[in-house]
Amino acid sequence: MRIAWRTTDRELFRDVALVCLADGIVGVSFGATAVAGGLPWWVPIVMSLLVFAGGAQFAAVGVVLAGGSPVAAVAAGALLNTRLLPYSLAVADVTGPSGAGSGGAGRRWLTRLLGAQLTTDESVAFALRHTDPAPRRKAFWACGVSLFTVWNVAVLLGVLAGTVVKNTAAFGLDATFPAVLLALALPTLADSRTRAAAGTGAAAAVALTPVLPAGLPVVAALGGLACLWRRR
Amino acid sequence: MPLLAIVALAAATFAFRIAGPLFRDRVTVPAAAERLLASAAAVLLVALAATSSLTQGGGFSGWARPAGMLVAGILAARRLPFPVVVLAAAIVTALLRLAGVH
Repeated sequence: MRIAWRTTDRELFRDVALVCLADGIVGVSFGATAVAGGLPWWVPIVMSLLVFAGGAQFAAVGVVLAGGSPVAAVAAGALLNTRLLPYSLAVADVTGPSGAGSGGAGRRWLTRLLGAQLTTDESVAFALRHTDPAPRRKAFWACGVSLFTVWNVAVLLGVLAGTVVKNTAAFGLDATFPAVLLALALPTLADSRTRAAAGTGAAAAVALTPVLPAGLPVVAALGGLACLWRRR
Repeated sequence: MPLLAIVALAAATFAFRIAGPLFRDRVTVPAAAERLLASAAAVLLVALAATSSLTQGGGFSGWARPAGMLVAGILAARRLPFPVVVLAAAIVTALLRLAGVH
């Protein structure tokens, strides 16, 4: 019988590096577009440290850059991050401190808070590749810590690039924004009813953009969810 | 974007993240609710992608940006790596603008 499949440290390192590379490019593009769009330099930096969720950061900044209210931006970002609730339940065994003998109560709490902040699509996916507690924990923390570092450094680099390069439109940077959002949505769009809901919602949002105040068309798109209850 | 908005989004996000470790013995998310939230997130993402690629200040943004997004979408659907997808969007849009298509 084969023992549960285990990735070696080398494989874990390689996979984490690949994910960091991909997210690094997205981070640079996030920092650069936010600054090029007219936001102060500290907004993408503080946001990346505190929120640390790419999709929600893109969504919130997208709403603001379109002229939407901060309330609409927070609502859009928070809705996207609701998926972190089932995620955090799924990996609750590894985000906290490991069993006995890992320091005092204060330190255990610090570990728990830190582990929670590192919960992302990527770190959860890495943890879920394993069933045994030890490799599960290792994969989660390796991915989480690396990604947090790379993401924030990348956003900082993007902010610098966006500040130095005046004409970011010539480099097509503004197109990376919707491209990232679409790529993030694609896996869920495999379901035909979700696809119909998204198509209807997007069409409505675009049609309503000239008439509604900025930020609201995207919220109105949620009406497309009615498609979920139609017959197949 | 005010600092307060960033802190509010960070707080909401952290609440979802800490809920798992805090309440894992007491809370289960019904599968139907989880599916609905996933669909709602997809609707929001696609609507944002559509409006941010097609519109600019309430009007049409021009062809270059949606064309870049479309190419990226096709590549992503074909499961090409994320960096390729993101770079393709920028390159297509930049080339179109270089050719005078805005």
